[in-house]
Amino acid sequence: MPNYALIIVIVCYLLLLFGMGIWADRRSNSKWVHNPWVYSLSLAVYCSAWTYYGSVGIAATDGIGFLTTYLGPVIALPLWILVMKRIVLVSKQHQVSSIADFISLRYGNNRSIGAIVTVICVIAVVPYIALQLKAVSETFDILTTGDKSNSLLTDSTFYIAILLAVFAALFGTQTTDASQQRSGLMFSVAIESVLKLIFFLIIGIYATFYLFDGTIDIYNQISALEEFDKLATFENMESSINWYFMIALSFFAIFLLPRQFQASVVENTSTNHLKKASWVFPLYLLLFNVFVIFIAWAGKLVLGNQVNPDYYTLFLPLHHGHKLIGLMVFLGGLSSVISMVVVSALALSTMVSNNLIIPYGFLKVLNKNNSESNFQTIKNIRRVAIFSLIIGAYIFYVNFNIELSLFSIGLIAFVIIAQLAPAFFIGLFWNRGSATAAKMGILAGSTVTFYTLALPFITDVFVSNSKFTSDGPFGWELLKPYALFGLDFMPPVPHAFFWSMVINLMFYLVFSVIRKGNYRERNYAEMVVNASSLKMGENAYVWKGEANKTDIEQVLIRFLGAKKTHRALTLFYRKYNINPNEEKADARLVNFSEKILTGSIGAASAKLMIGSVVKEQPVTLPEVLKILEENKETISANKQLQQQSYDLQRLTDSLQQANEALIEKDKQKDEFLDTVAHELKTPTASIRAASEILADDDDMPEELRQKFLNNIVADADRLSVLITNILDLEKLSSGREIMHKRTNNLQSTVKKAVDGIYQLASRKGVKIDASQVEDVTLVYDEDRILQVFTNLLSNSIKFVPEHNGHININGKDLGNRVKLTFEDNGKGIPQEDMKYIFEKFYQSNNQNIKKPLGSGMGLAISRQIIESHNGVIEIDKNYQKGARFIIELQKENA
Amino acid sequence: MKKLLIVDDEPNIVMSLEYAFQKQNYNVFIARDGSEALKIMEQEIPDLVILDIMMPQVDGYETIARIKDNPAFAKAKIIFLSAKNKAADIEKGLSLGADLYFTKPFSVKKLITAVNDLIRI
Repeated sequence: MPNYALIIVIVCYLLLLFGMGIWADRRSNSKWVHNPWVYSLSLAVYCSAWTYYGSVGIAATDGIGFLTTYLGPVIALPLWILVMKRIVLVSKQHQVSSIADFISLRYGNNRSIGAIVTVICVIAVVPYIALQLKAVSETFDILTTGDKSNSLLTDSTFYIAILLAVFAALFGTQTTDASQQRSGLMFSVAIESVLKLIFFLIIGIYATFYLFDGTIDIYNQISALEEFDKLATFENMESSINWYFMIALSFFAIFLLPRQFQASVVENTSTNHLKKASWVFPLYLLLFNVFVIFIAWAGKLVLGNQVNPDYYTLFLPLHHGHKLIGLMVFLGGLSSVISMVVVSALALSTMVSNNLIIPYGFLKVLNKNNSESNFQTIKNIRRVAIFSLIIGAYIFYVNFNIELSLFSIGLIAFVIIAQLAPAFFIGLFWNRGSATAAKMGILAGSTVTFYTLALPFITDVFVSNSKFTSDGPFGWELLKPYALFGLDFMPPVPHAFFWSMVINLMFYLVFSVIRKGNYRERNYAEMVVNASSLKMGENAYVWKGEANKTDIEQVLIRFLGAKKTHRALTLFYRKYNINPNEEKADARLVNFSEKILTGSIGAASAKLMIGSVVKEQPVTLPEVLKILEENKETISANKQLQQQSYDLQRLTDSLQQANEALIEKDKQKDEFLDTVAHELKTPTASIRAASEILADDDDMPEELRQKFLNNIVADADRLSVLITNILDLEKLSSGREIMHKRTNNLQSTVKKAVDGIYQLASRKGVKIDASQVEDVTLVYDEDRILQVFTNLLSNSIKFVPEHNGHININGKDLGNRVKLTFEDNGKGIPQEDMKYIFEKFYQSNNQNIKKPLGSGMGLAISRQIIESHNGVIEIDKNYQKGARFIIELQKENA
Repeated sequence: MKKLLIVDDEPNIVMSLEYAFQKQNYNVFIARDGSEALKIMEQEIPDLVILDIMMPQVDGYETIARIKDNPAFAKAKIIFLSAKNKAADIEKGLSLGADLYFTKPFSVKKLITAVNDLIRI
């Protein structure tokens, strides 16, 4: 394929990605752009050209070692989601825009630590970007047939680098607030992630199933090779240690690489997206690795060692004349390069501007100008940074024209980045970690890395015949860079990683313990360490000072513009109910202003800016702890309040119900009293009338007089029965009645009841059959149970038809209890009355219809008696032929 | 001879009233509830009805409503005789068209005087 044709393809491809980015930017709120899938896929910016080409190379030469870079992140993910939540929370609250900003914030918005982190990241990432350019350049050469020229103006790699810089500048520097999300960019990164995976799977399937007959075929062929064992197993102790170090290294990388921090923290729009990412991302990595080993084997079998194994993916299809597949592979590689370079350059440029250039040089300039020109200055700083970084990487690539494989440069970058790990991870959980210690650790660790990795590399390249590597400096064996202090069984990268981490960690821990940070630093530490348990409002400020509100406003306007400042402050005043005309700014406003500035100029600069107009007053640690505690309390108090109001609501509901029940009970009681009064008055009226007549009438015939007197006696009896019943019920229901329980025979009690009512029954011609009561003894108060039986029998007698009425009593021994039934062939109990008949105060709603004497009380009394025996009395609702009452009594009841 | 209808489900009270009013030379009829009373009234329109309220089947309120509905019964005076003694009960009874309301227990003498006053003059 000629040069220009491929360049046209590349430009078209880039334009397509541009277009999609612009499309997504315009729709940043649509669910197509803002969703957990885009977030999860954008994390795959992790898979750079190093993954895309390099892992095949490693698989071909070193065997399964390539897996470490993916296993690390996969193993890290459970922890990743935990730590990420905290980091995202803190970062969103403080408008953190990069990892340098984050670390600087944790150590009290420390300016120098932000700068050191930035420098470390630049040192690590620029060669890494160079590596990407190298991959593009080499694959470009493989694919094209034109003459290869290395002069700047004809080198296509240079133009591709420039295009990438434009791409990054276009999408990355639209707003000055670097903590804001760049939806368009992340969307195109996600698309690139999908494309590179698809293209990689295509070449994998092509190599495995088209060139060979599947995985088994490849395996059978490769296992015939002599060196096979080396490729599929750990050779020895050395390589297994190597394996673990690599996993640890990539574990750190997933958190600390600037592009990873950018994609996972800065561009995160919702902590909910983390959940999906926690399985989509590992799955993505898994899919990416399925075919690596087979492509490597296929390459080895087909091409052997005549070509660079890094590019087996390209050579394989080209070797068989499948140019289209070769082109797809190239585009997949280009996709991983684009996303890596663009996101890295963007993240680095933010760090360079916010943590290096602005706080160390431009702050004074910015302070003098108005917002419009400040916006421009900040954006320009970042654009220049993007171009410088990418061009710097290009220069690095051209000058070093690296002999090392893609894989090695990637690993060196990882080791350098890993120097941030102690300050970053321990700082998240240990409030004692101090800024000085962090700086010392990072510097010491970096020095060791430089000595053990970069220095021998540089001397090997520039000093011919150097004995530095083989003999150590000045022949000092203990200081041999690849075998420091005699540690000679590790390969250079794990060796460097091991020693730099040991030194770094030691410095960090020792300095943290022996030198406490200042109050401000400790306060920020406290805030980050406690972040996940509370939502930090401006109430939880960690420093305070006195300032004039207008001064602070002036500062804000300079960086945010008048409109945005006004809007932010209005919201702020409203939120905290502050009078906008107040002259003095309180601590909350100071902290709020610092936060909203952080996004634009970085944490350290924001502190300096606000600090310039604020007379700072120290906040003691106890004060901060108190503030944090109060904040926590407010939240838990809020939760409690919510719970309480919920409980209150429930209580109100149940009170309402209870009240309604009481009203109903009250009504029933009134009705009962009415009925009782009526029942009492009727015999009284009768007695009174008869006595009055007897008193006034002397000439009444003797027979009639006797009749009147008998009536009076009957009515008086009626009265006394009524009164007894009322008192009975009252005593029973209040539990004041003592039961005289002893062992009795049920048959004999039933017989007593039947005998007692015999006259009444025979007068109406009612037959009572009690022959089905079993001979059983149990404990009860016989008089009371008799009362129940009599009541049931007399009720039945009232309701059965005259002459052919009959009542059946059954008694069954059920072991520990006895079941009694009383059935009659009367008119039965109306369905609507069934649930009320045992109610103490129940009387039929229609009061004007007179009930037979005592009704509404007999059954209530019966129920009280049975319940006093721990028994149950109920009506059989399904019985159709009349009324059927069921009584169950325990044989032993105390 | 003036005709008097006593409507009550309480036999002892009925017995006392029957004896007392017969002695006053009234022609006394007896009914145990509203439906019985209305049946009797279809044959003999009484000059006065003594009416209980709480009775089985057809109660006093319904009975008076039916009496007032029938123009043929217009001349019949009505006295409620009930144990319901709340002001609201009395008001209700009178508003339904009763001439007097007596609460139980009651004085036989006073009831006789009231009946005499209503229908002897």
